[in-house]
Amino acid sequence: MKSLEELRAIRAKMQGKVGVRAENENQIRVVVGMATCGIASGARPVLTALSDAVQEQNLSEKICVTQTGCIGLCQYEPIVEVMEPGKEKVTYVKMTPEKALEVLRLHLQGGQVVTKYTLSAAQDRNANQGKEA
Amino acid sequence: MMPEIALNILDVAENSVRAEASLIEITVSVKPEADSLTVTVRDDGCGMTEEQLERVQDPFYTTRTTRKVGLGVPFFRQAAESAGGSFQIDSEKGKGTTVTAVFALSHIDRMPLGDISSTIHTLIVFNAQTDFRYTYEYGDRCFVLDTRQMREILGEGISFSEPEVSAFIREYLETNKEETDGGAEI
Repeated sequence: MKSLEELRAIRAKMQGKVGVRAENENQIRVVVGMATCGIASGARPVLTALSDAVQEQNLSEKICVTQTGCIGLCQYEPIVEVMEPGKEKVTYVKMTPEKALEVLRLHLQGGQVVTKYTLSAAQDRNANQGKEA
Repeated sequence: MMPEIALNILDVAENSVRAEASLIEITVSVKPEADSLTVTVRDDGCGMTEEQLERVQDPFYTTRTTRKVGLGVPFFRQAAESAGGSFQIDSEKGKGTTVTAVFALSHIDRMPLGDISSTIHTLIVFNAQTDFRYTYEYGDRCFVLDTRQMREILGEGISFSEPEVSAFIREYLETNKEETDGGAEI
């Protein structure tokens, strides 16, 4: 069995680093919807993929991944919202871990909104389908 | 419907977080000899009034304002009852709520337990203001992860979302689960 004693070593190793990672104003907030609707449609792996990637790539000073409840767009879950200071909020819908990592690479790091996964793109698609039918 | 029991646990435990619980106790108890799998989520949050308690199992009741349905509790209940089990909620306003779901382990319609270690990891890392005590039992073996003990060792200022700590929590959960149930498919 693994024991909590290993935490002592982690603590000793981190003593010097504590406090450096203060909240900063320029941080990008990435929010994953984790209510019943989100969880049922696969939000947990999306949240895990994003937060693991942010940690692995040492981006936690620039990007903060958190969770939220239901935002009322259950049919579009899993939803990932990107809030960047000074910019309009971008809502990504029907996310998967793979799509979320694409958003991380292209948008959060590259600065380009991945339009095809956004809510407005999904709504346009729905509207067009409505016309055809 | 949720595809796995672990996601139902994540969902109802998030209710406890929103109820402003300071401690959430989650127990997953697998008893092959008794053919049962029992899940308990107990919190010391705001609890419910009798009227709320009656209505919480109704899918068309929710305290949310973003939508008109509340399926978390009904999903969990249905999952248990359709697998030869039972479901119960006890709550007292101001004291807290306990949800208990029992499944018949060998029932053909019982959904898999699923990735319970991920559920617990997600709860702990993303709800740093809440303490969790997680107990996993298999037969007569068990292990516990209590965030209060972790905080005591780590001291102030080291968050569970620090990469090293987060990775440790995941490893702890996965390794100890494997050693407890011997890697059994549940």
